[in-house]
Amino acid sequence: MNSVFVYCEIEEGVVADVSLELLTKGRTLAGKLGVKLEAVVLGSGLDKIGEQIFPFGVDVLWTGDDKRLYPYTTLPHTSILTGLFKEEKPQIAFMGATSIGRDLGPRVSSALHSGLTADCTSLEIGSFEDPKTKEVYDNLLYQIRPAFGGNIVATIVNPVCRPQMATVREGVMKKEVFNPNHKGEVKKINVAKYLNETDLVIRVIERHIEKSKVNLKAAPIIVAGGYGVGSKENFKLLFELADVLGGEVGASRAAVDAGFVEHERQIGQTGTTVRPKLYIACGISGQIQHTAGMEESSLVIAINNDVNAPINKFADYVITGDLNVVIPKMIQYYKKNSK
Amino acid sequence: MKGLKIVVLAKQVPDTRNVGKDAMKADGTVNRAALPAIFNPEDLNALEQALRLKDKMAGTTVHILTMGPGRAAEIIREAMFRGADGGYLLSDRAFAGSDTLATSYALTCALKNLSPDLIICGRQAIDGDTAQVGPQVAEKSGLPQITYAEEILECSEKKLKIRRRLERGSEVVEGPVPCVVTVNGSAAPCRPRNARLVMKYKHAKATSEMQEADEDYVTMSAQRPYLKITEWSVNDIQSNPEDLGLSGSPTKVKHIESVVFQAKEAKVMDASDAAIEEMMKELIANHTIG
Repeated sequence: MNSVFVYCEIEEGVVADVSLELLTKGRTLAGKLGVKLEAVVLGSGLDKIGEQIFPFGVDVLWTGDDKRLYPYTTLPHTSILTGLFKEEKPQIAFMGATSIGRDLGPRVSSALHSGLTADCTSLEIGSFEDPKTKEVYDNLLYQIRPAFGGNIVATIVNPVCRPQMATVREGVMKKEVFNPNHKGEVKKINVAKYLNETDLVIRVIERHIEKSKVNLKAAPIIVAGGYGVGSKENFKLLFELADVLGGEVGASRAAVDAGFVEHERQIGQTGTTVRPKLYIACGISGQIQHTAGMEESSLVIAINNDVNAPINKFADYVITGDLNVVIPKMIQYYKKNSK
Repeated sequence: MKGLKIVVLAKQVPDTRNVGKDAMKADGTVNRAALPAIFNPEDLNALEQALRLKDKMAGTTVHILTMGPGRAAEIIREAMFRGADGGYLLSDRAFAGSDTLATSYALTCALKNLSPDLIICGRQAIDGDTAQVGPQVAEKSGLPQITYAEEILECSEKKLKIRRRLERGSEVVEGPVPCVVTVNGSAAPCRPRNARLVMKYKHAKATSEMQEADEDYVTMSAQRPYLKITEWSVNDIQSNPEDLGLSGSPTKVKHIESVVFQAKEAKVMDASDAAIEEMMKELIANHTIG
C-alpha cells in the first residue's frame, strides 16, 4: 500500500517543529490507513538526523546527503522529491507551510500534476462522492482550510491525482512523540541520479536566519497576559494553555514592565501588532496602547475580574472570573475533546 | 541595451479584508457583489518592482497578464495609470472552475505568446492565500523561480540579484534571466497613479468592453491603438482543453462552510464549567481551535 510521506525541513542540523508536527499527524493518518509513514530529509551532514525523526513513529527515513542541498534552493529539492515521488508513489505528501514548503510544494505538485492544498488547518480521512459521475472514492484526504480571507472554511479533496499534497503552518498541528525508542529503516537517496547541473542556477549569496523562537506574528492563537495575571509564576498557566492550543504567549506592556515575561512578547503600540485567529486576553484591562496591537484579531476572549474593563468592548466572549480557575478548565476541556 | 520584456501576472480579487456585515447572504454563501473588486495587493508590489526596472533599464516594457472575467480589464487600466505599457486579458468560460494548477497552465500557455524575459507576480492573492500560481507557472514554463522577493537589487539582461524575505530572516540570491519572481507584501508599495497617464489611458478598453462602446469611441480608439487592451479567448492560446478549467483541476471542493459573521456582541459569562464547556465547544466547531 502507498505510504504517507512528510518532507522534513532542517535548519543547522535541527528538524523544524512544523515537520515534527506533520510527522505526528502523518503517524495518525498512516495508522488509520494501515500504511507506512515515511520521511524525506534533504541536506548535508545527515548521519544522525534519524535520532530526531524516528521517535515520531517514522517507518522509513529517506536521506539525500549532499553539500549542494543545503541551504535550501528550489530546483535541486524539486528534482529529488519529484523523482522520488514518481518511484515511490506516495498517496499523501505533507510539507510545512513555510517559506520553504510554500516554495517547493507548488513546484512539485505542478511537475507531478497532483493537487496541493495550502495552509490546511485540519486533515482527516473520509470518502467523497463525485456529484456528477456519482463515483465514490474511499479513504481520501480531507484538506480543510479557511479561504476567502477566513470567511469560509473549505474541505478540499483530490479524488484521482496522487500524491494528495497539503501544507500546514507551524503550530497548527500538535507535536507528540510516538515512541522514544521507535526505530525505522534509513534509505539513502542517490542524489546524483536526480540532480541536474541546471538545477544549480540559483545561488544563495547571503543568509540571515534569526534564532528567536517567539514568533507572535505567525501565531494563529495568542494567549496574552496583563498586569492582572499577578506574577511570573501565574504566567506558566498561560504558557500551558498556549502550548496545548498550539499558540504563543503575548503580554501587555504592564506585564513586561513588571518582569513577568520578556520584552519580545509585548503586544501593542510599542510592541508587536498581531492578527491571530484567536486572542485570549487574560488579566488585561485593555488600554488603547495595547488594543491597537490586537484589535484586528478574528476572535477575542477576555478573562477578567472587572466587568467594565475596556478590553471587553473588543471581546466576543467575556468571562468574568479568576484566570487561575478558568484556564485550567479550558485546558482540561480541550485535551478531552480535541482530535 | 535593448531592455527587458517584463510580464506582471496580476489578479482582480474581492476585497476580503473589508468584509462588512452584508458580505454573507442569508443562506450563508459569500455575497460577491457586496465586496469591492480590487487589484490584488501583492500584485501591486510586483508591479512596482517591474516599473523600477523599467525606470532603470532603457527599452524595458511592462505588461500585465490577467485571467478573469471581462471586468478584470479594470486592473490592467489601473496598472497603465501607474506606468505599465499595456496588458492582456485572458477571458473565457473554458477557464471557469480552475484550481491553481489549471490556472497556472492557462497562464503559461498565454505567456508562450509573449515570451517574456522576466515574469513577476505577487506572492499570493488575498482570496485564496495559496501562493501556488507563481511557482507552478515557473515549473510549467521550465524556468527557475525566486519567491518571497522583497527587492530586486540588481538586474541585467543575463542575471538578477534579489533579496528575499523569509519568515525568520532574509536571504540574497542570484539567478538567471529569464526567471519567475514572486514579490512579498513587505516590498516597496506601488507608486500612485500618474495624472498624465490617467488622461492618456482612461479610455483604454478590452475587446468585450468595446462591444458596448458607441460609434464615437470606436472612431477614437481606431486612431489611438494604445487604447486597446488585448483580450484572448481559449482559441488565442495553444492549449490542451483537458488541462483547462474544471477538468484540468485535480482538487475538488467537497463542501464549504461559511463562518457566520455578526456584529460584535460579546457573550458575557461566568467561570462555571458549563459556560466554559459551551464556549470551547463553539470554538472547536468553528475551527478556531483544534
